[in-house]
Amino acid sequence: MKAVVLGGTSGMGRSLVQRLSERGDRVFLLGRDAQQLARSAADAQARNPEALAVGHAACDLEHPEQFAGALDAAEAALDGFDTVIVSAGLFATQDRLEEDVELTRRLVTVNYAHTLVFCEHARKRLLARGGGTLVVFTSVAGDRGRKPVAIYGSSKAGLSAYLEALDHKFQARGLTVVNVKPGFVKTSMTAGLKPPPFAGEPDGVARDVIRAIEEKRPIVYSPGIWSPVMLVIRSLPRFVMRRIGF
Amino acid sequence: MESSHAGVSRHDRTKPLSDVALSSSAALVQATAAPPLLAGWGRVPEPGRELLGENLDALTRGAALSRGLGRSYGDSSLPAAPGDKVVGTRLANRILSFDEQTGILRGEAGVSLAELNRALLPRGWFTPVSPGTKFVTLGGMVASDVHGKNHHREGCFGAHVRALRVRLASDDVIEVGPEREPDLFYGSIGGMGLLGHILEVEVQLHRVACPWIWMESERVGDIEQFMLGLDRAAASWPMTMGWIDCLSSGPALGRGISMMGRWATPDEVGSLRAPSERTATLPFDLPNWALNRFSASAFNAVYFHRHPRSRQGQVVSPDTFFYPLDAVLEWNRAYGSRGFTQYQCVLPRAAGAPAVREFMTRLVRLGCASPLCVIKDCGPEGRGLLSFPLEGTSIAVDMAITPDIQRVVDGLNEFVIAAKGRIYLTKDRFTRADHFRAMEPRLPAFFAARDKWDPERRLRSAQSRRLFGDLP
Repeated sequence: MKAVVLGGTSGMGRSLVQRLSERGDRVFLLGRDAQQLARSAADAQARNPEALAVGHAACDLEHPEQFAGALDAAEAALDGFDTVIVSAGLFATQDRLEEDVELTRRLVTVNYAHTLVFCEHARKRLLARGGGTLVVFTSVAGDRGRKPVAIYGSSKAGLSAYLEALDHKFQARGLTVVNVKPGFVKTSMTAGLKPPPFAGEPDGVARDVIRAIEEKRPIVYSPGIWSPVMLVIRSLPRFVMRRIGF
Repeated sequence: MESSHAGVSRHDRTKPLSDVALSSSAALVQATAAPPLLAGWGRVPEPGRELLGENLDALTRGAALSRGLGRSYGDSSLPAAPGDKVVGTRLANRILSFDEQTGILRGEAGVSLAELNRALLPRGWFTPVSPGTKFVTLGGMVASDVHGKNHHREGCFGAHVRALRVRLASDDVIEVGPEREPDLFYGSIGGMGLLGHILEVEVQLHRVACPWIWMESERVGDIEQFMLGLDRAAASWPMTMGWIDCLSSGPALGRGISMMGRWATPDEVGSLRAPSERTATLPFDLPNWALNRFSASAFNAVYFHRHPRSRQGQVVSPDTFFYPLDAVLEWNRAYGSRGFTQYQCVLPRAAGAPAVREFMTRLVRLGCASPLCVIKDCGPEGRGLLSFPLEGTSIAVDMAITPDIQRVVDGLNEFVIAAKGRIYLTKDRFTRADHFRAMEPRLPAFFAARDKWDPERRLRSAQSRRLFGDLP
């Protein structure tokens, strides 16, 4: 596998890069912070059995004008890629977003519009090479309009709808789309919060994602328990959703 | 709600996503519930919380303590005061460099041994020293100066560490090694994180011919045989240890199973395939009464007699050999909600077999009711200022927390002091300050290093509060 990863310096994206590298897959890292990119590239190289040099380039989801150049750099370094992974995105609590409309604008722009634009660039390049795999991290928060995730969840719901349509439209032409829906995962983002039951570890998510890529599964919940949980949540009637805090 | 989640910090932007719904509902729960608690492996908590993050350089500023995967049993990794900033390092898990020619690795403090084994064992490299669990971090292995089944050959982990990058109490960051600030370097090895926050570790790995172990094991009838056997095996085996039935008494006092191992040769291994990562998890606390004198005795009898009378030899995976308990994640729940501790001491060789027999006799008389009791012969003392092992016999036994646990630990400590032995801080929760002083002649050197590098005692833990009187 030759994979471009946007957001691979931290959290679940980092764990995924680590496991891919250990398998001998080649990666190219995209992200905002040059120093973090360099450290993560060193990590990926150290874990790669062939110790292949790992390249990186600046790419910020708030700056869509960087997308094409960043993917050019990845294509040049990897001599073409067959997989694109997007694990970057913005996060804020509903309270914070309700207070700050500008933050809301930024978050939905990055998580929906700009991520979609990045995926369009990536999708075209993959199809031009006869297909490939596009892996995008959304969230279980996008499965149903819910009080505590009204804004953040809707950005992920929009992205999920787009990913589903991509799968419908381009699957026959060789594009595999994997929508990763993590539940609560113990990363620095959730640090300080009391983990609910079934809280996941980033490394466990990475393992699930690699299996989903291999099996070409269009949707993967991780930890897996979230699949039945969200099935129930999706089927709850509106009068119940109005009353509960979930 | 903490400020770090209340908004979108600059750092958050490239962060992968997780479920915000649960984040906020969990935060709601937290706001109304009791203050957060932090516990070690023994599950006896202290009020406090750990701050997890990937950027240790930023996180450790102004912090009182760093902790890795929380595998120390007692209060070594717990805050001295509820408001102390405790940094969890496990997300800082990048390998910064690895030289396949020399085996020298540099990693962030949160790199776990499980990850190192996963990444490097298939390539023929292994940690020079491995403790009994792989769920430990590089930083934790240095701070505890862990030892393993090869202590008689290789000493502790710290003996193979070449350099450390350390955040001082002053918030400065410096690189130290055997030649650079040796008092800080050797004070950090086995120093329980009290001299500085370990940010990066450079260590010499060992090459192994193939990633399997040739293990031999045999039943041992009593404690004298055990010590004789370990002594004899030390000459020809790089790795040795023993499991003791610490509930048998009389002529069978100290019976058990001794185990010896070495890395296997390709011929012995043949076409064996690497085992899968599969593990089980103990999904809930067992009731407090589940592990008692009778269930433990029954378990021990079965475990002892299940082993054939004759000496057994076989090829096993490193996980089976080094980390048998890791096969069940969260096995610490077997002791129930009361929690447990481990008593581990080393008795010097000079005290001889009679001291070990006397210790075992006391242990049996106390009826501490645990199936887990491990014996290991240790080689010479290392250079870490507070490093645990010294030449002699180490005995480790798990004990459930009972109302008289303090009396039990006090009694064992008094014996260990008389025998000129010492205890292992990484396992300890109950040792009294005066007892620790009595068994630790190296304390003045450690305190001198603390006076020099942290005169205000900004770095502290619940353990240093208990043993060294660090005031919150």
